[in-house]
Amino acid sequence: MAAGLWHIREVSVLNIRIKFQKYGVMKFIGHLDMMRYFQKAIRRAGIDIAYSGGYSPHQIMSFAAPLGVGITSDGEYFDIAVNSTKSSRESIEALNCAMAEGVSILEYKKLPDTAKTSMSLVAAADYLIYVKPEYAPSFLPQEELQGKIQEFYKGQPEILITKQTKKSQVEMDLKQFIYQMKAGDTPEHASGTLFLRVCTGSSNNIKPELVLETFCQFCGLTYQPAMFQIQRLEVYAKSDEIPVKGEKEQKAYRDYMAQLKASYEKQGKHVPEFLPLGALGEDIP
Amino acid sequence: MRTLALSDEILLNIDKPARYIGNEINMVKKDPSTVDIRFAMCFPDVYEIGMSHLGIQILYSMFNQREDVYCERAYSPWGDLHKIMKERKIPLFTLETQSPVKDMDFLGITIQYEMCYTNILQILDLSQIPLLSSQRGEECPIVIGGGPCTYNPEPLADFFDMFYIGEGETRYGELFELYKSIRGQGGTRQEFLRAACKIPGIYVPSLYEITYQEDGTIASFQPKYEDVPAAVEKEVEMDVSHAPYPVKPLVPYIKITQDRVVLEIQRGCIRGCRFCQAGMVYRPTRERDVAVLKQYAQEMLKNTGHEEISLSSLSSSDYSQLPELVNFLVESKEQGVNISLPSLRIDAFSLEAMEKVQDIRKSSLTFAPEAGSQRLRDVINKGLTEETILHGAGMAFEGGWQKVKLYFMLGLPTENEDDMREIPRLADKIARRYYEIPKDRRNGKCQITISTSFFVPKPFTPFQWASMCPKEGYLARAKVVNEEMKAQLNRKSLKYNWHEADVTVLEGVFARGDRRVGQVLLKAYEKGCMFDAWTECFDNQKWMEAFQETGVSIDFYNLRQRELDEILPWDFIRCGVTKEFLTREWERAQKGQLTLNCKEACNGCGAMAYQGGVCLEHQN
Repeated sequence: MAAGLWHIREVSVLNIRIKFQKYGVMKFIGHLDMMRYFQKAIRRAGIDIAYSGGYSPHQIMSFAAPLGVGITSDGEYFDIAVNSTKSSRESIEALNCAMAEGVSILEYKKLPDTAKTSMSLVAAADYLIYVKPEYAPSFLPQEELQGKIQEFYKGQPEILITKQTKKSQVEMDLKQFIYQMKAGDTPEHASGTLFLRVCTGSSNNIKPELVLETFCQFCGLTYQPAMFQIQRLEVYAKSDEIPVKGEKEQKAYRDYMAQLKASYEKQGKHVPEFLPLGALGEDIP
Repeated sequence: MRTLALSDEILLNIDKPARYIGNEINMVKKDPSTVDIRFAMCFPDVYEIGMSHLGIQILYSMFNQREDVYCERAYSPWGDLHKIMKERKIPLFTLETQSPVKDMDFLGITIQYEMCYTNILQILDLSQIPLLSSQRGEECPIVIGGGPCTYNPEPLADFFDMFYIGEGETRYGELFELYKSIRGQGGTRQEFLRAACKIPGIYVPSLYEITYQEDGTIASFQPKYEDVPAAVEKEVEMDVSHAPYPVKPLVPYIKITQDRVVLEIQRGCIRGCRFCQAGMVYRPTRERDVAVLKQYAQEMLKNTGHEEISLSSLSSSDYSQLPELVNFLVESKEQGVNISLPSLRIDAFSLEAMEKVQDIRKSSLTFAPEAGSQRLRDVINKGLTEETILHGAGMAFEGGWQKVKLYFMLGLPTENEDDMREIPRLADKIARRYYEIPKDRRNGKCQITISTSFFVPKPFTPFQWASMCPKEGYLARAKVVNEEMKAQLNRKSLKYNWHEADVTVLEGVFARGDRRVGQVLLKAYEKGCMFDAWTECFDNQKWMEAFQETGVSIDFYNLRQRELDEILPWDFIRCGVTKEFLTREWERAQKGQLTLNCKEACNGCGAMAYQGGVCLEHQN
């Protein structure tokens, strides 16, 4: 996002959005434990995080979209509030010194004061799914996979599945929540890889495993969860949702979108429907 | 990237995979090919318990400071993984490099409580190391045990190659050098063990011969060879302020029992409670320098990012620099850091300190009178009087507290029915003290929780000769307490907790057992006993079968009052406190005579021989 979009106001805290990568053995650390991990890591890194009031103050921190155990990610986000901050570069460096192997900080960006939380903005996520080396090549080869995806995703008017809820079974159309599905082009993996963009967030959260399982059934394959490595690539907000609450900031965002739209149209393209959560913040010099 | 010993398929199908992957903050990484000695340090219980233990962290950091040693960790795999590892013959592995434990030079196991003994067998079994020391070949690691239960290592003697008796800071360097030199020259396990037994503190059980009398008691306990020491002296770190300390402790991902910075402020206890093993075997009491502790506190909070810091000692109120340390922690407290102050005597200072660091409405006061009547408190040499308890509780109630926890033991030597009934009566008196506060100044009802445990006599205490009760005897005692509680005026403000006595009976056998009870452990493990300290895993039926099938008598170990001249299985260990002192204390106990604490007067227990700590304070 263009520098200088959000003007700095005199406020008690600054909102920061942090993007990180999670890989290797860290994929076995669950969501709640990752939150605890970051609480300690932030203290080790000396980030001047703000605390809530009350008798047992806690760090002001909120995560965008929980990641299932076993899934790796290149695009995890959480927001914190800080009392003061160093530059993005210095903060990323300090945080990375406090990380365990398998977590890397990628971005540390300032958000406007009235920014909505990343959690409330999450609308979609991208996933790459591939067969783990020890199981390869036991999935469909790339070309066959392409054909099957065509039949499954493009070929079917709807993809009906039954979802087990606490009380009953509900039939739902999965297709409306799959925004993209294609065979990926990743030569480093022996079998075919699958790229997915699915609806994510509090209202309709689609787990990539669900799509994968349904797809395997469609192909007549037994779904073996441990065979696949799912990697989250990015988490998005909808570009037409205004990510700030303050009037001034809303206007700034609309102006920015108008500029963005113009620049896309110049190239004969449309403004993307989704923007990465990190695109809503800007680097601190 | 490290590769794991367990496949994704396994890790994604068991509870808490984070227990098995290592990679914690401050985990030591080394290239194993560059060290001479690989050491697997094991706490034989589940990760969350084992990771909470300070002793392991001390040794882990101390060993890893040596360039020639790589110390890694292992914990007991929980039942779900245990089953998979057995079925698929996956050997137990270390967390750091995920290498098989059987490939290490040493397997060190800390032995903290009797009810983890079957877990030790599980560790050996899963490691694919023969359970019996006598069956281990040259390729097996040296299995070494340490920790408080090694003050009577005999029930475990057949399963360990050696024990380290006492505090770990002092002799491991020597042991490692010896190992390098003997193994370097192509020496055998036997040669190493034979040489190691001459290092002070090291006990090699296979080098001793035990004979028994017809009545089952020990007739003789002798070294098999002339060059093997007849007695083993415990090791003590006399310079605790400069001893190694883990200023970069491991920080786990999952929530563990002790998820905080732990500051060990002193070792030992001056009090001399007659039931307490720690109070005897960790003598003399040695304080850590307060300046050192302040520095550790700051470094450790910074190195871990923990939100809580806790003081650790047997009796924190006896630490002479306590006010200075607590004030420092409170004043330098950063936002979001909590201070927890366990094992404090309730007095004006501690109440004021607690008020500063915790939420009074939520926190409760803890008293451990251990016995209900003054008579019995005198027998056990617990200096606490009813007046002190009521005064402390009164002060706390006036200050806004309303929850009190009381800890007692049932089955103490000389206990009579009146002693039992005094337990709820004391609780009631505390409640009455609460209701003396005018209604408008108090905050509803008070909550007094009584918890009783059953007393288990421990080696190297004045009660080491005492007899125990049969299981039914313990339950009957709890019933008396419960009955009496219901007769109290403030019964609605009182709550009583007690538990089953099955475990107490087993603890009794293994606390004071000899080598012959090892076969019961083996049998019980074969039957599937594991995680016996966990109520949901404990199976008394299997244990009783194990006793029956091995012909080992519980009564022989528990119900017999030992004679003063009997050779006790642990008599070969010298722990500073002499048998003369223990005998004297046992006799004084029966007369209900109190013995002054180490700061008031030296009672000549024997620990003066170490020439340090509280023992030298009297010389000024």
